[in-house]
Amino acid sequence: MVFLTRKAEFSASHYYHNPAFTTEENRRIFGKCNNPNGHGHNYTLEVTVKGVVDPKSGFVVDLKELKDIMNREVLDALDHRFLNKEVPEFATKIPTTENLAIAIWQRLAPKLRAAQLHRVRVYETPDLFVDVYGDTNGPDAEAQGAV
Amino acid sequence: MRAHLTRRYMFSASHRLHSDQFSEEENRLTYGKCNNPFGHGHNYMIEITVSGFVDDQTGMVCNLVDLDGVVQDKILERYDHQNLNLMPEFKNTVPTTENLCIAIYEIVSRGFHEAHLDKVRIEETMMNSFEYAGEDL
Repeated sequence: MVFLTRKAEFSASHYYHNPAFTTEENRRIFGKCNNPNGHGHNYTLEVTVKGVVDPKSGFVVDLKELKDIMNREVLDALDHRFLNKEVPEFATKIPTTENLAIAIWQRLAPKLRAAQLHRVRVYETPDLFVDVYGDTNGPDAEAQGAV
Repeated sequence: MRAHLTRRYMFSASHRLHSDQFSEEENRLTYGKCNNPFGHGHNYMIEITVSGFVDDQTGMVCNLVDLDGVVQDKILERYDHQNLNLMPEFKNTVPTTENLCIAIYEIVSRGFHEAHLDKVRIEETMMNSFEYAGEDL
């Protein structure tokens, strides 16, 4: 099994707000991120796929194909967008880095054929990143309102 | 879906690697330049990884402000610009980055309960890094 990681960058704006919370709760929980005019980040995306090396091509995955899928499914939809207003997943979910990583996983996983998606890592800033491995099982899934 | 959130922090501290269980000669052989009796320092880069299911009310695994608060109070305030050899946890333990990883893991594990602590990773320099994920893995 070999793991291959492809990086990409995109820039987007967002803000955190839950209509079920009061104005005061939103401000307390989300702090500066609650500013309704939004703010932005340069995100770095790392997509890691895994698979056995094809004996003919020497590839785990055709990088051109992986790049095309990432561009079509993720970057075209997110780059230079206001996530809350322009990306359907965030009509009802708060566009935190956690939910962004999950949305990217859900966009990519069904589209990859040759190799299997192993990890999606999203850097919001150089000192904050989130990893998801597609793990939806766990005793605390329901209790914690698993997405 | 389970999400693993990693946050990076920095602090600077000095240390000297020296074990009372070794002779002077053994200490020099084992630790080399790091055995210099006057100590030396590093800019340590700490990564704390926590995980859990994403709360559907907040979209978060845990509130980052709370994690930052615990790390600020219990790690950065404790270690930044200090001599590690003088800390109680290194009275009888050599302040290698391995042992620093374990010490920080234990402090964060005791002080932060909003999400599962996956691991602590420390870069002592750009050339070497250490990870500790507890003993149950």
